[in-house]
This record gives sequence, structure tokens and C-alpha cells, in this order.
Amino acid sequence: MTIMEGANRLEVRDLQVRLVGRPGDVVDQISFSVRAGEIFGLVGESGSGKTTLALALLGYTRRGLKITRGSIYLDGKDILALDAAGLREVRGSKIAYVPQDPSASLNPALRIGHQIRELLSAHPEVTDNVEGRMVEVLREVNLDPDSGILRRFPHQLSGGQQQRVALAMAFACRSSVIVLDEPTTGLDVTTQRHVLETVKTLCAAYGVAAIYVSHDLAVVGGLVSHVGVMYAGRLVEVGQTEGVFASPMHPYSQGLLGAIPSPDRAEVLWGIPGQPPRPGSRPVGCSFAARCPEAIELCLREDPLPIEIGERQVRCIRVTDRKSFSVRVRNSRAQIIPSSEPPLLEVRALSTAYGQTKVLHGVDLNVPNESCTAIVGESGSGKTTLARCVVGLHGSFDGSILFDGDEMNKSARRRNSSQLQRIQYVFQNPYTSLNPRKTISQILSQPLEHFMRLTSSDRAERISRVLDEVSLGSAVGRRFPDELSGGERQRVAIARAIIVEPRLLVCDEVTSALDVSVQAVIVELLRRLQKERQLSMLFITHNLALVRSIAQNVVVVSHGRVVEAGTVQDVLERPQDPYTIRLMQDIPKLNSVASALPQSSS
Amino acid sequence: MALVEEIDNKQDRVSVKATSWMSDHPMVALLLRRGGIGIVTLVIVSIIVFAATEVLPGNAAYAVLGHTATPARLHAMEVQLHLNRSLVAQYWSWFSGMLTGHLGTSLANGQGVWQQVEPRLINSGVLVLLSGIIGVFLGMLLGAIAALRRDGWFDHVSSVILLGITSLPEFVVAIAMIILFATVVTHLFPAVSIIPPGTYAWSAPKLLVLPVLTLVIVIIPYIMRMTRGAMVEALESEYVQLARLEGIKSWKIVIVHALPNAIAPTIQVIGLTVLYLAGGIVIVEDIFNFPGVGQGLVSAVANRDIPVIQFMVFILAALYVIVNILTDVVALLATPRRRLVH
Repeated sequence: MTIMEGANRLEVRDLQVRLVGRPGDVVDQISFSVRAGEIFGLVGESGSGKTTLALALLGYTRRGLKITRGSIYLDGKDILALDAAGLREVRGSKIAYVPQDPSASLNPALRIGHQIRELLSAHPEVTDNVEGRMVEVLREVNLDPDSGILRRFPHQLSGGQQQRVALAMAFACRSSVIVLDEPTTGLDVTTQRHVLETVKTLCAAYGVAAIYVSHDLAVVGGLVSHVGVMYAGRLVEVGQTEGVFASPMHPYSQGLLGAIPSPDRAEVLWGIPGQPPRPGSRPVGCSFAARCPEAIELCLREDPLPIEIGERQVRCIRVTDRKSFSVRVRNSRAQIIPSSEPPLLEVRALSTAYGQTKVLHGVDLNVPNESCTAIVGESGSGKTTLARCVVGLHGSFDGSILFDGDEMNKSARRRNSSQLQRIQYVFQNPYTSLNPRKTISQILSQPLEHFMRLTSSDRAERISRVLDEVSLGSAVGRRFPDELSGGERQRVAIARAIIVEPRLLVCDEVTSALDVSVQAVIVELLRRLQKERQLSMLFITHNLALVRSIAQNVVVVSHGRVVEAGTVQDVLERPQDPYTIRLMQDIPKLNSVASALPQSSS
Repeated sequence: MALVEEIDNKQDRVSVKATSWMSDHPMVALLLRRGGIGIVTLVIVSIIVFAATEVLPGNAAYAVLGHTATPARLHAMEVQLHLNRSLVAQYWSWFSGMLTGHLGTSLANGQGVWQQVEPRLINSGVLVLLSGIIGVFLGMLLGAIAALRRDGWFDHVSSVILLGITSLPEFVVAIAMIILFATVVTHLFPAVSIIPPGTYAWSAPKLLVLPVLTLVIVIIPYIMRMTRGAMVEALESEYVQLARLEGIKSWKIVIVHALPNAIAPTIQVIGLTVLYLAGGIVIVEDIFNFPGVGQGLVSAVANRDIPVIQFMVFILAALYVIVNILTDVVALLATPRRRLVH
């Protein structure tokens, strides 16, 4: 492969980034190329090294890392061969970066105008008319330059506007290559769709080669023409998006695709058990072998090299042995008929406010016995406040909450111990909800001491039983939260909630801090527990697709009002309210890909 | 190390939540609120200062004259101090006198209080201002360099030296300065700073060197440590990373992108340092015999010169209040997120 191939605007060859002063690579053996007008999707879960790779494409590494090998040809010129000044000239003008979190990446002390102007002035060859170009590029990202936006500070813009400013800055210098690092994470689905459309239009209009980094396969599916799946710092599968999504060849790609919930069908999700190896402690042989259902003994010894199959590259030694490639067939769930049982939890005309701001307006809600009701809404819709009212953490509201027919006190402090015990809460972020100074056993023992009089041997027995139930194993009890992965921590949080045998579990966005493969595992765990323990659940989420896999009933909340409620099947298949309809349309789907997925057997 | 704790408290205090009408004009609201609190604080301080002189054993006249005083002299003193009037009347005549410039006379030498305090205020002002400016400038400069060369030799060496200095009380530093520059090792500067009466500190710059140097050495560690921390945080931030990825020049990144975001937290420490200086001068002035407020306060207490003590303490309290308001205002100006609402 030489520069003569011409059409490649970006070509990466054998790139390696290592830790400084410690053994171990963070990304290694990365080779791919992107043509003008093409978007290349870089997909991977947290810790796969995708952000490190994204930054390395601009010749940049975070503290403690170093690019140790490889070349990055930008329009035929290796930018890794440039000196500091040369690299500075290239960055921002020839290759641009769109950050993950624009609220942290735009300087809070500088006005928007200043930041764009500074960028254009740093690359005087781009334009003589800095002000003119600013106005032009703001229009291109659908921001009104006359709205005074240039005089504003970043905090005065919404998340979507901030991301548009970041896009404007990336396109301002008419770069050849743009690296977009999860630019829509943290935006709600509608804003996300608008930003994605802008990205697509601009990439085509400018003929840039774009690299789109994401953990969300659904987002990438509708956007990119080629995709690279990253695992443990390597590209394990590279190919055309349609092909990879329809018939993934690497077991990891298969696992990832099997873990994505679909808004169209109720399916059993397949998670990927285990967790990826950390940089510096990656095993000999294939990094995925420990989690791979297809692994053979040779996988543990031999570092797999990429094998070309058609236009596809797959880093798996078994790819030639295996006959068929498909996403694991997902069993559809039996459509659960909503129970005719009396509601366990009833929320009646609940209204509340923070200071002057009304958050909830007369919300009514039922959770029937032994079933799961999902509350769906975007950020700021009031869904978490609703959950906090139910458990008594937000004690000042109008309306009433009935549990098992009895009206409960609004504040948790005034509820009696059996009421408290019967409703348990699982928090959104398992990284902050577990006390880092206590062992898992101590964490689990606390609610037991509070609610149940047990001898210490009974307590220990119960703890080890519940740890088995959440598939952690009782040995975990001696460990501290820091020693566990995000998914394992969330299992501990769930164990802490179910250990006192509640009847209602309130789950507040319990998977939003987790990777999609882990999310699938947690959802299936919750399903199983619900069945085994005859639990009822209030499942709060912003992810409509997830609802399909877990709940029987759904309540859609927007701006503190219930806009639609009903069975999951009715609401998702025949949404009535314009808000729900819009939400359903804006969910990124594996569109073309979704139809190519094997139909689930029913 | 008490200063560090005070920093934490202060940052908590600054982030008081504003009510809705206030959030529309955070600047005005802050000035009004802090100004109001400041005035209330000063009134309370004046009451405490007054009450403190009131609880001296016997009465103030006895305290001033001592146990050898004759009843006739005691009575004369009581009349002079208005001790024959009610407490409230005494307080009011003192407080209103202070507001209208009638400060009374010193008991020690019969001079007007203002005549006695004014040159000391100016001398101390010069000392605090000089040490403050030099210390803040050097501290911020060294802190910024340490942040830029993080984990380099300068960072390591300076942090060890600073830790050493922080653990020394200021009188040890002062004595070390005297040994190094005034007595044993060299004789570059005078060991004492006796300024002739009727002249001000700046008329003999050489006398200022050692007191200023001592104070500068004492305050640099705090400012440097805070600047380094704030700069490191700013340099590690994602906006600095994005600026690097946009090809902005390094010096511009430091000055335009990192520094403005490091100023707000540093300002708080600078304010506290100025306040610390206002108290720290007591010992340093005493050691160098520097005729400032600190030394004046020490001798006024020794002489039981109550009107002078009351006035000086009140002035120092006022300084605390004003510097606190100023730091809040400057910190707010340096933080658009808090200064401007949507």
C-alpha cells in the first residue's frame, strides 16, 4: 500500500500507543484507511482504547501515554514524522477533533466568538476573512450567527448548541480529516439525531474523511459506511458496516450486536460475560479468549493476526473454521399479559416543585403486583424526582402514594421500618453508590442489621446466598468496591436492594453508566430476579428500546406530565401522543441492519 | 497550616445559594449582600471590642492605673473614660465618636488616638502592600512554572523547600534573615527597622528590606501551592486538550486558556494571604522594631491604652471585612459561569 492509492485521505499503519514507564500497550497493531467523503465508525466498549486511538490520530496522547510505533498518513504525509511546530500547524487545520463533552471542552472563561476566532487566526492560511468564515460555518451547523451567540460564554448555551459550536470549530478550517469522539453522548435522542444529520451533511459537503468513535452501535449503524470494532486495544473486525452488522465474524462483534435492545421486539438480550483485560495486563494469545464462547486451546497461546475475508478483516484464528456467521439468535419473549392483580404501588395526582420550578404535574401511575412498569423520559422530564418521591427521598409533594392499598407517609423518615423494607432503590451510578471504605460483605450487611434481627451466622449465610443469586459468588464479599468493574458493582447494588426481600424495586437508570454488553447482563439479571422473587419493579430509563426487553407497562413522561401510558406493546407499536411518536422515530436504530438481523424465533 | 483550613471554609462560604431575584444580577446581589453582612459584622465587632474592655477586672480606670492608684485619680479617670455613664451610653458615645472622627485621646501619652495610629497605619500599609505584591507575583509565577514543569526537578525541589518553610513559624524565618543578612553571615541590612518619629517607612527603604523579605518568604508557599494546583487542573482540562488539538500555540494556551481559569481559586488564597499579613505583621514588626500597627497594638496592650486598642482592633476587623468582599468580587469577575446567567 502506497500513497499512490490517492483516494485515502487518512491511512493508519501499525499504530501503537504504550504506557510510559510501565509495560503494556493501550492500543496496538492498528491499521485502517478512510477515503474522502467516507465516515469510518470506531466502535468499542469503555476501556477498549478507542479514545486513546482517536487522540493518537492527531499525534496527541494523554499524560502517561506515548505513541511508540506506526505512521499516520494525512493526504499522503506522515504526521508522526513532523516536529512540534509542524504538528501544531496540521492540528485544527488539516485534521480536526470534535470532543465527547463540549461543556468541558469549550473554555468556560472565553466567549464563543473568541474561541472560534482564535482557531481561525492560528491557521492564517485558511482564510483572510475570519469574521466572514465564522458566520458561514455557524450557519452550516444551524446556529444563527446574529443571535448573539458569539458574545456568549459556553455555559449560556444548551448541550446541543455547545456540540454544534464544537462541530463548527472542527469544520471551520476545511480539514481533510475530522475525528469525532462520541460527540452525541449525553444529548437526548432528538438532539442527537439532529447533530448526527448535521455531521452527515457536512462530511459529504466538505468531502472530509471522518472517524466517528462510539460505544453505541445503533448510532454508528445509521451513519458510517465502514466500521472497525475495537477490543482491548486492537481492531478485531473491520469491514463495511452493512456486512459487519448483518453477519459479524468475530465472536466479540457477535456478542456486542446481540446485546443491543431492540425497540421493535421483546427479546432476551445476550450479554458478554466477564470483562475486558486492562491495559498492561493483557494476556498472551487472543485478548477475548477468556470471554469467547468459540475459544479453543490455541486461542490462549497465539496472538491472532488479521485475516482477510473478502473486504473484511477479522482478528480471529477460528474465522476460517467456522461455517456460519450471524448474530446469536435471540429468543423473543412471550408477551406477558398485564396482570389483573391489584396494583402494588399507586401514585395519585403527584405534583412537586424545586423552589419556584414545577417538576411534576399531577402524575398518576400504577405498578401491578409482580410486574414491571417502566418510566421513560428524557433528561429533565422529572422521572428521577418521581422515583425519589416514591421511595420518600423527596418528601414535599402534593398527591398521594399508596402501597398495597395503604397510603404511605411522604417522607422516608416517617415511614415505618416495614414500609421502608418493602421498597428498595437501586441508584444510577454504581461508581458512587457504594461506600469505597467498606467491603462488599459490610455493604450488604448494613440493610440486614437495620431491617432484620439475625444472628451473625445467618447474616453471613444470607449474604453469600444473595451474592450467588446475582452471579457474583460469595468470594466477592471480602473485596472492596474499587476492585470490581462497573457491572459487578451494579450487581452488588442490586444485591443490597434485594437482600432485605422487598416487594418493589425502584431502578433509576441502573444501566446508563454501563456498557451495552454489561447492560444486557444486568437487564437479564433483573428479569430473572423479578420472576424468582415475585418482585415488582419501577424501572426508570431514557432508553425506549430497553423498555421492550424488561417491562410490561410503560409510562412516558415529558416535562413533568404523563403523556402516554399503557402496555409496552401498545405504546411502542402504536404510540398515540406526538411526543412518544417523535421519541420512537428519533431512536437510532440499526435501520438497514435491523432488517438484516435474523428474525427471532417465536 | 491553619490557613489551609481557613481556605476550605472560605470556599464553602462563597458558594452561598442566591435566591431567584438575586440570580438575575449576581454582581449587584453579591455586593449588596456582602456589604450588608459586612456592616452587620462590623457593628458586632465593635460591640465585642467594647465589651472586652468592659470585662477587664475592676473597671477600665483601675485597669489603666493599676493597684497603686489613689481614689481621686481613679475617679478622674472614670470621668475621662465616661465610666460614670450607662453601658449603652458609653458604647454609643464611643461608636458614634469613631464614625464622626472623634476618636478620643490616648491614655498613655495624651496624644489624639488618630495622631498616634495614623503613621503606624501607613507604615504597616506599606509593609503589607509591598510584601503582598512581591509575594503574590512570585508565588503565582513559581506556581505556574511548577505546574508547567509538573513532576520535573523544579516541581520536586520547590515543593520540598516550600514544605520546609510552611513548617517554620515566622519568627524563625525573621531570625534566620537577621542571621543571614544583618549579623552573623553578612551585614547587608540593618537588623532593626527603627524609623525616626515623624517620617514614614519609605523614607528609609533599606529598613524595609528584611521585614518585607520575611513576610514574602512566609506567604509564598500558600500562593504557590494554590496556583500550582489550579494551573495543573486547568492544564489537564479538556478545554486545554481541545486547544492543543486545534493547533493553538503553547504560550497562548497557558496565558489565554489555562490562567484565567486558575485565577478564581487563587484569588481566594490571595485574599486570605493579605488578611494573614495584617495579623502576621504583629510578630515581624515586634522583632524588627518596625513602627507599625502590629507593634503599636503590642505596646498599647502593654500600656492598657484602651482607646488606642479599641480603634486599632476595629480597623483590623474592618480590613478583614473589606478584603473578604473584594476577593469575592474579583473571583466572581473571573468566573463567567457565576457572573452571567442565561
